[in-house]
Amino acid sequence: MDKQELDERRSAKLSSDKQKSDKPRLINKERIMRGVFFAAALASILAVALICIFLFAQGIPPLAEIGVFEFLSSDRWRPTASEPSFGILPMILGSIYVTGGAILLGVPIGILTAIFMAKMCPRQIYRFVKPAISLMAGIPSVIFGFFGMMVLVPAIFELFGKRFDMMSGNSMLAASILLGIMILPTVISIAETNIRAVPQELYEGAIALGAGHERAVFKVIVPAARSGVMAAIVLGIGRAIGETMAVRMVAGNQPVLRLPYEFFTGVRTLTSNIILEMGYVERGSLHFGALVATGVVLFVFILIINLLFSILNQDKEYNSVKKNKKGAKSQ
Amino acid sequence: MKSFLLFVSRKKPSDWVRFLLVWAAGISTIAILLYLVIFILVRGIPHINPALFELEYTPENQSLLPALITTVLMVFLTLLIAVPFGVATAIYLVEYASRGSRLVKAIRMTTETLAGIPSIVFGLFGYIFFCSWLGWGKSILAGSSTLAIMILPLIIRTTEESLKSIPDAYREGSFALGAGRLRTVFRVILPSATPGIFAGVILSVGRIVGETAALLFTIGSVIQIPKSLYSQGRTLALHVYNLATEGLYTNQAYATAVVLLVVVLCINWLSSRAERKFADKLK
Repeated sequence: MDKQELDERRSAKLSSDKQKSDKPRLINKERIMRGVFFAAALASILAVALICIFLFAQGIPPLAEIGVFEFLSSDRWRPTASEPSFGILPMILGSIYVTGGAILLGVPIGILTAIFMAKMCPRQIYRFVKPAISLMAGIPSVIFGFFGMMVLVPAIFELFGKRFDMMSGNSMLAASILLGIMILPTVISIAETNIRAVPQELYEGAIALGAGHERAVFKVIVPAARSGVMAAIVLGIGRAIGETMAVRMVAGNQPVLRLPYEFFTGVRTLTSNIILEMGYVERGSLHFGALVATGVVLFVFILIINLLFSILNQDKEYNSVKKNKKGAKSQ
Repeated sequence: MKSFLLFVSRKKPSDWVRFLLVWAAGISTIAILLYLVIFILVRGIPHINPALFELEYTPENQSLLPALITTVLMVFLTLLIAVPFGVATAIYLVEYASRGSRLVKAIRMTTETLAGIPSIVFGLFGYIFFCSWLGWGKSILAGSSTLAIMILPLIIRTTEESLKSIPDAYREGSFALGAGRLRTVFRVILPSATPGIFAGVILSVGRIVGETAALLFTIGSVIQIPKSLYSQGRTLALHVYNLATEGLYTNQAYATAVVLLVVVLCINWLSSRAERKFADKLK
């Protein structure tokens, strides 16, 4: 409520300042610098516009040449064959499988850890855990990938290699586990913020009704933070779909159509498809165009996820505004 | 006393299950992190030797020094491009623009979009736009321009937050003394917001140092100390990637990973320290 008031005051002040700056003496310098700041502010809009224009300009023509339906639904990716065919269905499914696996693993652990940090752990432990999570967010993906190559992949091969006839430990499972670990900090920090934002009265009400601490947290607080927790999951999905290096290092990268339960076989994702073949592709060829088109598909995926995320986050803001208004009335 | 009350309050077995689940999750998250860091350190530290820090990379020494120098250059170049734009955007959003205007909404939306785009898409764009269309080729200039776009949303957001946290009394005081908006921004607001902005900048340094996917096709992978803006290079993270995937020099890969990890951890630690100092100062 205070913040809202402050905002109103600030905007009122801004508009009065605008009138003030019409004084002739100050116009030049102020106006010029205002223009400079304004121009700089347009940079991010320009960047997004350029990214869209250039990706689509390079990606759409080859997409039309291959045929959108063929590109999205064919399971044959033979870019260098004498009769090349470009179908990215295996990669689309690969991205979905690997992300699904990461969500199955990372989301429960992430949200439980967020609950742990927000509501359960003693302050002395929190002082250690909180920086640890932000450190985890800062670890580069190559390090995760390298760790996956050296620890996860051999471990999976040793555990399941003989039983499932694996060629190597590089597999959907390895990629899923690694991504599950990598999305932890994202999921944890957003979920924790949102769980903390739930008003304390709800908790106290639950305790007054005779619930234990855990019951109050799980049955009242977490459901109240539902949309925020969903936002955390959606952002986690975005991270997992967009991750490139770590996946490329452990997933095996065969562009072959897999079924969801074949998690001991290698998969290729949309991201690793680009990174694997961009190195040797001839610029301007249809193969290059198909890779850019893969990027376009990925970009569209991400835009949808971002939209979902901002809708979920907006919902929360709307609720808190409503609450504020109610509070203002009762005063 | 409080913990004792919480202990007694666990009335049902389901409460105990929840309690155990939550603690297990918290402990396993920390355990995974510690295992990863300690594993890399233990495997890598024994292989750190003076040969890794020789000026020239040769197949005999796999020196990481050229990559380290390239990384430092990249950091400066990227910040040089991104920080002015980012800070100016934040100043416009917080100090100039009227709230809720279409433009502000558009800028918010685009920065959010930029923040969500995966780095491989930035890499693809950088390759198409900077390397080919502008004809810069694979170069540290193209690489750092790509990274500059990538870290722009981070710098805008952190700067915005630190500008917003400056109390309005500062602005009012400055206006009351007869200063214009510009003077207020440069003499009053920016100096007091600098530590907060600094924390955001350090955080983006961490991003730059750790980035690989956006750089693989924009900077090239020649191991050398760049001589001009248009020469290729290889950053530390790319060096780890190449050593790891080539599989020839695993020990050197571990050692290089240690250096990268330590650099990134130090940067993050610095950033959170700066942030805390800023928060304390405002109190």
